[in-house]
Amino acid sequence: MADRLHVATRKGLFELARGHGTWEVAEVQFLGDPVSAVLADADGTVYAALDLGHFGAKLWRRDPAGTWQELAAPAFPPKPADAGDDPHSWSLGKIWVLEAGGVARRLWAGTMPGGLFRSDDGGQSWPLNDALWHMPERRRWAGVAGGEQPGIASVLVDPRNPADVRIGVSTAGVWASTDEGLSWRNINRGMYAEYMPPELREEPIAQDVHRLARCDAFPEIVWCQHHNGVFRSEDAGATWHELTAIRPSKFGFAVAAHPRDPDTAWFVPAVKDERRIPVDGKVVVARTRDGGRSFEILRKGLPQHHAYDLVWRHALAIDASGERLAFGSTSGGLWIAEDGGDSWTMPEARLPPIAAVRFATS
Amino acid sequence: MPTVLFTRALERFLPAPSTVVDGATVDAALAAVFATQPALRGYVLDDQGALRRHVAVYVNGRLVSDRTGLTDPVGPRDEIYVFQALSGG
Repeated sequence: MADRLHVATRKGLFELARGHGTWEVAEVQFLGDPVSAVLADADGTVYAALDLGHFGAKLWRRDPAGTWQELAAPAFPPKPADAGDDPHSWSLGKIWVLEAGGVARRLWAGTMPGGLFRSDDGGQSWPLNDALWHMPERRRWAGVAGGEQPGIASVLVDPRNPADVRIGVSTAGVWASTDEGLSWRNINRGMYAEYMPPELREEPIAQDVHRLARCDAFPEIVWCQHHNGVFRSEDAGATWHELTAIRPSKFGFAVAAHPRDPDTAWFVPAVKDERRIPVDGKVVVARTRDGGRSFEILRKGLPQHHAYDLVWRHALAIDASGERLAFGSTSGGLWIAEDGGDSWTMPEARLPPIAAVRFATS
Repeated sequence: MPTVLFTRALERFLPAPSTVVDGATVDAALAAVFATQPALRGYVLDDQGALRRHVAVYVNGRLVSDRTGLTDPVGPRDEIYVFQALSGG
């Protein structure tokens, strides 16, 4: 089980270590700066994306020996003259998600305004994925969270085949490539968008896919926390069915999939959508162990009185054992479970608002 | 030759010393700095070479007018200040 947890916050990157049964802050980096994404790669390297208010998105890497170094951040190529009507910026807004690519030194970065970048040299260089960026449909991608720019929030690499990549976009549904990103298709069917007019309700590209999570051992099984529901796919994101048993609400951002059990997943529901707070001021986690036919509400150790913590897309994580989970909130709450979510404890820290949590893989 | 001076806030991330450079426009002066300190460019300019939204550049105390092309002229004794734009509370 993972004994280290990385927590990306509005005011720095915190690394917690487990010792004698408790979790404590062991290291702090980038104190005072917004950290938008973190990745702990299997080789012991840690990547952190900063979202500096004045100076833009930056990328840093910590080598296994513990030395931090700034890398060149992903950047868009010069905007051609004939792209003047592109509704989206050709300048990196924020690195929203970093994922290992299943090949040594390969990484994927999902960003706002919707650019997907791949590095094949451990983050030293980041060519834009041209195939996706130049698809005409990309101009129909919609903004997220009141912003004008879309964002790639999820990158799923098939553990059996690194050429097979699926991404989840807010707001443009699920896109798939089976050729390492040389070509892409919008694949999702079966979702619906309550926020669209009736004739556009089932448009694949109109689906606000807040977050995707995949079962490592059964990669065809993918879970989705959507803007207006939770969904499950048994064909790697092509067709979806809604899990109407979710409670206490169907709105939320985060989802975690059990690494080996295809029927188990966790969500952190909130009141949708105009009032983004936990239902009745109680922070709870919803867990299914039967493929979404039913959900248990987990609340032991979680605040149940006047708690208004919201959990963002990347702020719920599970470790490789499937037993340890962690989630962090917009109020800086951080809870860790070591029993699949039955009971939660809060480390001795009052943290800044949390954007992402990630267990170390080694 | 004009002098380019950077906010000390940048020192938390990378060296940003005051530099005397050649250049008759803001663009040319900054390009001369970035030629020797390429990592600094992405802190000041966005991917398309415009000033970052929350970065302010002054020439002798006057805010530059062309934030996209950086064509404001600079004289040999001018001072170019690169600051954080005031934002937040």
